[in-house]
Amino acid sequence: MFFGFLAFSYEFRWSILWTEPHPTWLLDGVLTTLRLSIIGWVFAVLLGIIFGSLRTVPYRPLRAAATAYVEFFRNVPLLVWLFFWYFGAPEVFPEFIRQWFIHHGIEFWSAVAAVSVYHGARFAEVIRSGIQSIPRTQLEAGISSGLSIGQTYRLIIIPIALRLIVPPATNESLNLLKNTSLAMTIGVAEITFATRQIETYTAKAIEAFTAGTLIYLILCLGISTIMNRVESKLAIPGLIARAERAEH
Amino acid sequence: MNFDWTVISSNAKFILLQGLVGIGAFGGGTLRLAIPAILLGFCVGIVLGLARLAQRPWIHYPAAVYIEVIRGVPLVMVIFWFWFLVPVLIGRPVPEYWVALTAFVIFEGAYIGEIIRAGIQSVPKGQVDAATASGLGYVQTMGNVILPQAIRNMIPSLVTQFIVLFKDTSLASIIGMMDLTKAAQTVSERELRPFEMYLFIAVVYWAITYSMSRFSRWLEVRMSPERAL
Repeated sequence: MFFGFLAFSYEFRWSILWTEPHPTWLLDGVLTTLRLSIIGWVFAVLLGIIFGSLRTVPYRPLRAAATAYVEFFRNVPLLVWLFFWYFGAPEVFPEFIRQWFIHHGIEFWSAVAAVSVYHGARFAEVIRSGIQSIPRTQLEAGISSGLSIGQTYRLIIIPIALRLIVPPATNESLNLLKNTSLAMTIGVAEITFATRQIETYTAKAIEAFTAGTLIYLILCLGISTIMNRVESKLAIPGLIARAERAEH
Repeated sequence: MNFDWTVISSNAKFILLQGLVGIGAFGGGTLRLAIPAILLGFCVGIVLGLARLAQRPWIHYPAAVYIEVIRGVPLVMVIFWFWFLVPVLIGRPVPEYWVALTAFVIFEGAYIGEIIRAGIQSVPKGQVDAATASGLGYVQTMGNVILPQAIRNMIPSLVTQFIVLFKDTSLASIIGMMDLTKAAQTVSERELRPFEMYLFIAVVYWAITYSMSRFSRWLEVRMSPERAL
């Protein structure tokens, strides 16, 4: 036995991973993780573009509001946001909104809210540093060509910034994917939840967690391989300077 | 919807003393977990970062694989691995605190290792040559010449990572350790006041992480070479 030196008795039974219903649970888990990640990602990127751009505009009140959003939401753990949106927030919404959520899976949509708001703040930082890495003269040139500030941002600054930030944004998207694992705590049946479920039903922890770990590894390594190709296609020729890399 | 904010003042002592600091019947405590985890994670990170830069393939490949695998897996998974595996391996249950601490050090070490590697690579190679030419050995070169410069370059990323680690300690509540999140959960289940409770600990977490980031900005200015000269 591989761990023989520790003198423990554990009987491996890998077959549980391909005995129904366990594969179905895992597959459903993968689909839920992907669905949560994709919906959360779309909202987070939208919030990130809005607040990240607002943090760079030359109007102090807008800048301050965007800074407040970013600093508050990214400095509180995602787990706390999940509990807040799932346990706390529903009671402050009007009855009809609450009813809609209850009928459409309140766990899932609370998780979407928490993931979008938290990662929206983190995407805002990625996008802000992307925008700030573009020389200010671009903005001035846009304005002196007769564009409004809004047009300059929409037509010049944001398209260049989006290409610059592909590497840190990929990193951040993978974090989002991994962080959806926390949604298990409020009962969303994603990969980690399915893994726990298999472990509970079969008492085979090592096999179940190996399966879950491998699924995450395949997803993350697969996405980063694809994104490496995209990155080299989208890289702006002649620019080595990259936007600051967001950590973890 | 009517709020009852007194629930905060009446439970603040439990949440802050037991949950945040870890003084009380349950052990645990966010700070009692976060501070050792940051220190030990930093040590593991330095070893991993140096190992990844090592010339010998049997040192740098294992380090690279370790870092890539850990970075491809969510922290919850790592915590569950330790939570379920360690009792099987050593034949008796382990307190949540030690499970969480081990998992954090193993997990964060990989991220800090990457930061250390990037920081060391940001120091010009001529510095190594100069140190070697002056007759310094590997340990002296690293300890006296390269690391002091590298650490200054990586303060912003390091502090960001420490903030992330501090926020990540909330995951210890999933395996039942009594930290800030678990304390708020316990109180809100008893008082049925989730909105107020979770908002309160959100503010507590925010106050700590925000002061950490202010401190890092101050440190960056203080340690910049322009000022030192």
